[in-house]
Amino acid sequence: MAAGFAKAGNQLYTGERAYPFVQRSNLWFLLAAVLVAVSIAVPFLRGGFNFGIEFTGGSEFTISQTQNTDISIGEEAVQEVSGQEATVTNIAEGTIRVQTEQLDDQETLEVGQALQEGYGVGADQVSSTFIGPVWGEHITQQMLIGLVVFLVLVTLYMAFYFRTWKMSAAAIAGLGFVVVVTQGIYSATNFEVTPSAIIGFLTILSYALYDTMVVFDKIRENLAPLQEQKDQTFTERVNLAINQTLVRSVNTSVVGILPVGSILFIGAFLLGAGTLRDIALALFTGIIVGTLATIFVQAPLYARIRRGDAEIRAHTEEVLALRAERLEQAGIVRITASGTPLDAQGQPVAFPPLPEPEEDELQEQDVEILDWDAVLAGDTPESPGEEQR
Amino acid sequence: MAPPKPVRKARAALVVLFLLLLGMGGGLAYGVQQSQAQWAPLLALDLEGGTQMVLSPQVESGEQIDDDQLNQAVEIIRQRVDGTGVAEAEIAVQGAENVVVGMPGVPDEQTRELIQASAAMEFRPVLEVRRDPAIAQEAELRAIAENPDLSDEDRAAIEEQIEALYEDEEYEEGETALPEDFPEPEGEPEHNSDLNWITPELAADFHNYECRPDISIEDRQAQDPEQPLITCNPESGEVYLLGPVDVDGDYIDDASWGTETGPTGNPTGNYETVIHFDSTGTELFREASTRLYSYEQGSPQNRFAIVLDGHVIVAPNMLSPITDGNARVTGGYTDDEARNLAEQLRYGSLPISFQIESEQQISATLGADQLRMGLLAGIIGLILTAGYAIYQYRALALAVTIPSLVVVALITWWAISLLGWSDGYRLSLAGIAGLILSIGLTADSFVVYFERVKDELREGRSLAGAVESGWARARRTILASKAVNVLAAVVLYMVAVGNVRGFAFTLGLTALIDVILVFLFTHPLMQLLARRRFFASGKRFSGLSAKELGVDVLYKGAGRFARANVVYGANTAQKIDELEVEPDSAATHRKAELPDIPEEEWARMTIAERRKARQQAERAETDESMRNPSLAASSSETTEEGER
Repeated sequence: MAAGFAKAGNQLYTGERAYPFVQRSNLWFLLAAVLVAVSIAVPFLRGGFNFGIEFTGGSEFTISQTQNTDISIGEEAVQEVSGQEATVTNIAEGTIRVQTEQLDDQETLEVGQALQEGYGVGADQVSSTFIGPVWGEHITQQMLIGLVVFLVLVTLYMAFYFRTWKMSAAAIAGLGFVVVVTQGIYSATNFEVTPSAIIGFLTILSYALYDTMVVFDKIRENLAPLQEQKDQTFTERVNLAINQTLVRSVNTSVVGILPVGSILFIGAFLLGAGTLRDIALALFTGIIVGTLATIFVQAPLYARIRRGDAEIRAHTEEVLALRAERLEQAGIVRITASGTPLDAQGQPVAFPPLPEPEEDELQEQDVEILDWDAVLAGDTPESPGEEQR
Repeated sequence: MAPPKPVRKARAALVVLFLLLLGMGGGLAYGVQQSQAQWAPLLALDLEGGTQMVLSPQVESGEQIDDDQLNQAVEIIRQRVDGTGVAEAEIAVQGAENVVVGMPGVPDEQTRELIQASAAMEFRPVLEVRRDPAIAQEAELRAIAENPDLSDEDRAAIEEQIEALYEDEEYEEGETALPEDFPEPEGEPEHNSDLNWITPELAADFHNYECRPDISIEDRQAQDPEQPLITCNPESGEVYLLGPVDVDGDYIDDASWGTETGPTGNPTGNYETVIHFDSTGTELFREASTRLYSYEQGSPQNRFAIVLDGHVIVAPNMLSPITDGNARVTGGYTDDEARNLAEQLRYGSLPISFQIESEQQISATLGADQLRMGLLAGIIGLILTAGYAIYQYRALALAVTIPSLVVVALITWWAISLLGWSDGYRLSLAGIAGLILSIGLTADSFVVYFERVKDELREGRSLAGAVESGWARARRTILASKAVNVLAAVVLYMVAVGNVRGFAFTLGLTALIDVILVFLFTHPLMQLLARRRFFASGKRFSGLSAKELGVDVLYKGAGRFARANVVYGANTAQKIDELEVEPDSAATHRKAELPDIPEEEWARMTIAERRKARQQAERAETDESMRNPSLAASSSETTEEGER
């Protein structure tokens, strides 16, 4: 199996096996648009998010001088009366604190009654009060400011690193997709939005951008020598990069999901509600959506934005024009989506030499090859033009 | 013979890592010895429990406190608690007017005072202002851009002021300003705006002052209403030297906000805040405003500063003497800004201090269950991750991935314990979940690296060469992508409050540790392993075997270069490094054909590069043979020219 996986990785690397990620981008964008529309519609249909007590405030009961400090009694009492999940804490010896969402007067009396019975204490030993939000408006506001600052900085950083604002634009647009879809899933499952979930949400933003960064770096590498060769088009090179990093994408998301999945499993099935489940769900969803978004949204989007550039279009036309006459003589049957020519047996073969070999081009590449030591020392900003078969 | 360069570098890196581990472990051991630190990380409120304090607000005059004022008080407490470190506290309003503060551990006397102390509001005259050069420049541009019909006189005044700001900055560029740099005051100060308040010591302190969002309890107590004060506005970065208090916040009767009207009575579209003083306040403010108005418009002494809880919230110019006790603060505010200022002023009119009503030790809010299950989930997750890594990378996972994960776990554990000792960092369940996710992010560095090495092997390099050139590429990707995480962490840490801050801290910490690990452990380990026979010769379970990578399949069509010539055995790899000729027929044949390329470089070249080199040599040979009979010498010369 692993050998099969490695073999697939190898074929993806050479471009012999190629999934048309960029070529089929209309389909992916359509699917993405549907997902986004659904994700935006769901909160409206369900009437908003289910915010936790940390955001809304709620009711708090304190049971004092009880012999029995079992937490589950309090949880069950609230569950029976209002069907909510309560936070029950043994705050001191013989004292239990029960926090729930805001209850009306009738429910408050009923929960108080149920708690009295459950813990076997008198009416004077159960007190109730209102508790304000722990996560106030101020925290949300500061977090949003931080988020905006981060997004602006990361946009500038990517534009500077890749020397093109178009990669930034594609990455941030894709990030918007991740955010919208993740919140849609949240809303659809009616999960409680707690501070833990918000933190999980922030984590996946950073994870999704990180994942995009890795794939985009490979695209940058493949595109560096684009104009020096006339074998493959821009689209094919971008698609090759996505295919070449596909094994990494799968491996990374599996490695990321395994621990998160085990938290989610244990959190959801063995423990019920709680921080663990909230965070794990946010991360679980986010890793999957973030990885898919990189492959199906962000990278194809970049190709789409960039494809219209005059120099890219000229290069593509030149390559395709050359290809028409070159391929027939070499017995190449077809060219994969990643720009690898295959012969009649489906084996990859090399492109035939160009009609007029260009001496300039050869020399230029040779110079780069001999620069290896400088590259290893990390002094040159660009990797040398990689030889693509 | 000395070991080759990559091996020496690898050993040096491992030694550095070893010293780092030794330093961290030793530091922590010392802390534990002195019983100031503990081996286990400190746990946050949700996992360990802590202290819950119920505070009731105290107002001297017995007035009623409304919700807005209480919320302001809670915000101020939150700012103060966040300023003390990275421990996450929970602060909420309980019932009609109580405030509940939950903190991990037992708060010390200082923290208690910090929470209870009232936040006073004061009106002080400005003596001097200092700004960052960048902000000053911005102000300069703004002043010129927004006022095209400025009179020459005013413009000169503004330019002079900006120049003065730059002159002040010069003190900052030197290490620190000393009292000797400043002149003695000319006499005793006569009123609150008198520049004679500025002693050389004060001037030096002013120039050395660094604007921080939190103020320590000592600094807070040292603030004397009868004395000048150095403070700043953390939002604009302006540093102020203020005179003694002119009007106390107690004398504010009320504050309101509304739309601003221009001189003609038409609304300007902006909002303004109006301060209403009581009778004593009106009297005091009339006096102060008349004095301030006598100074030139735009000069620092024309301004007064409203100080809340030790920080300047706004410092407007005095446009006219205020005689009726209704001061309008304008300045292009939005409605939110104007309302916020009005709320702060109303709070200032009624400084609330707090009394600790009850204090109890509380158990972990999440219960032992959650921690135990969280750890269990983490362990299961780790085992699954390790299993998957072994499945994917075989012996490479056993030799590199798993030791790397062990080292990263050790560094993270010690770093968290050390930070708990130095900064009071506490691990919450959210933090633990963040750490578990970081397993994935750390493993990704290896995945990126290994996949790049495999790519290089597919290109036909030897393992030693593939490790070096794969690393050069992977390193760039790893650094560029981790930078995104570090950026996120730094921004969120600087801006955010409460839980988010703790999360940002964990995120940044793990990203940094990850980079340290890859550079100082994983890559050096790969460099050393690449020289072992098992990996270099691509044995079946090494994770790098030729069959799995499909190198033969790939190049079957190309023919000439069988893999056996490309991937060297352990002996060969060593010999390459020693630049000895390998007694293999293919290699010797190659040497004869292309004598100018050293063996080491050849090993690093891809098949395509090698083919090109050969073609070039051939072409050069035929070209040369037509003109020149001395074949060998000139052909090698041409090859060299073609390559350089």
